[in-house]
Amino acid sequence: MLKKLFTSVVIGSLFLAGAASAADYKVDIEGQHAFVQFKVNHLGFSWMYGTFKDFDGTFSYDAAKPEDSKVNIVIKTNSVDTNHAERDKHLRGPDFLNTRKHPEATFASKSVQVTGEGTMDVSGDLTFNGVTKPVVIKVTKTGEGQDPWGGYRTGFEGSMSIQLKDFNVKMDLGPATQTVEFMLSLEGVRL
Amino acid sequence: MRIKNSPSAYGLVSIILHWLIAIVVLGMFALGYWMVDLGYYNPWYHKAPALHKSIGVVLFALLAFRVIWRFTNQPVQPVASHSPWVRTGAKIAHLLMYVMLFTIVFSGYLISTADGAGVLVFGLFEVPATLQGLPDQADLAGFIHKYVAWALMVTVFIHAVAALKHHWFEGDETLVRMFGKRARKPK
Repeated sequence: MLKKLFTSVVIGSLFLAGAASAADYKVDIEGQHAFVQFKVNHLGFSWMYGTFKDFDGTFSYDAAKPEDSKVNIVIKTNSVDTNHAERDKHLRGPDFLNTRKHPEATFASKSVQVTGEGTMDVSGDLTFNGVTKPVVIKVTKTGEGQDPWGGYRTGFEGSMSIQLKDFNVKMDLGPATQTVEFMLSLEGVRL
Repeated sequence: MRIKNSPSAYGLVSIILHWLIAIVVLGMFALGYWMVDLGYYNPWYHKAPALHKSIGVVLFALLAFRVIWRFTNQPVQPVASHSPWVRTGAKIAHLLMYVMLFTIVFSGYLISTADGAGVLVFGLFEVPATLQGLPDQADLAGFIHKYVAWALMVTVFIHAVAALKHHWFEGDETLVRMFGKRARKPK
């Protein structure tokens, strides 16, 4: 048993070491230093915040060549949480996210444009509620370096907004609630 | 009319419970059916579910009392002219309706309390959450709540058609007993 485990760990590490280049990162889901948050206006009165609790992703980044960066994120849509069981059930249903039909939302970057010191526009395809459309995420690097435990980390925050109608969201919540703003915080551990 | 059941007649409490719960359940089905499709700007968008949940808690109390009453009273004997087949069928249907009613009430409660929020009853008191955070709790409970409610309506329809059939076609006292009439003595 122990021997088997040891063998698989060794093989696994060899495989990872072979596959990873210096600039490949895995989003820190294990320590959950990553967040996919969103806010939607409520009738023009206030902001309702929500989060997707279950997602994963990888990115590659080299500070010397940020324009070569790539990022891929997969979100399990049924993990939507707005701190209200009945609303979340409604959000998972056919009026909003259709999570049974479309269990995953994905973002895959296509190109990166550096816009300043530590900032970039990441363009790519967002698939959400079964609809794929190009979006641009405004990204700012928040930090990079050795962590206290022997790893190497880089973190970013990003923002984008989408129109609910563009992604076939059925229910119309009124004129103040056409747009969803996403706020992302992703910390990656270098592989 | 006597308060308690006798072997040949339902007492007042049983009769009131039967008809009260019948009206409440039919009303709850209609309310539930209507409220799930209300638009966000409809004035009833929040009121209707609040009412549905409040009545649901009261319905649970009525059902619990009805079951206690049923088992602490002497059972009313089946109508003498009913065949064994009819007696068994009726028994199964009645048991099924009790099971479905409790299933619907509990699953409804489990939707609203899935994240730990309680159920507010007419703004007066709150029933706290107990089971919460089960995997897919709200969705699974919602699925059960909806489809068992439909199954109940089908069973209620059969129950009502059977009662009317006994009244009009067999001319026995099955239906009128539920309005307080005593069974005829078998000839």
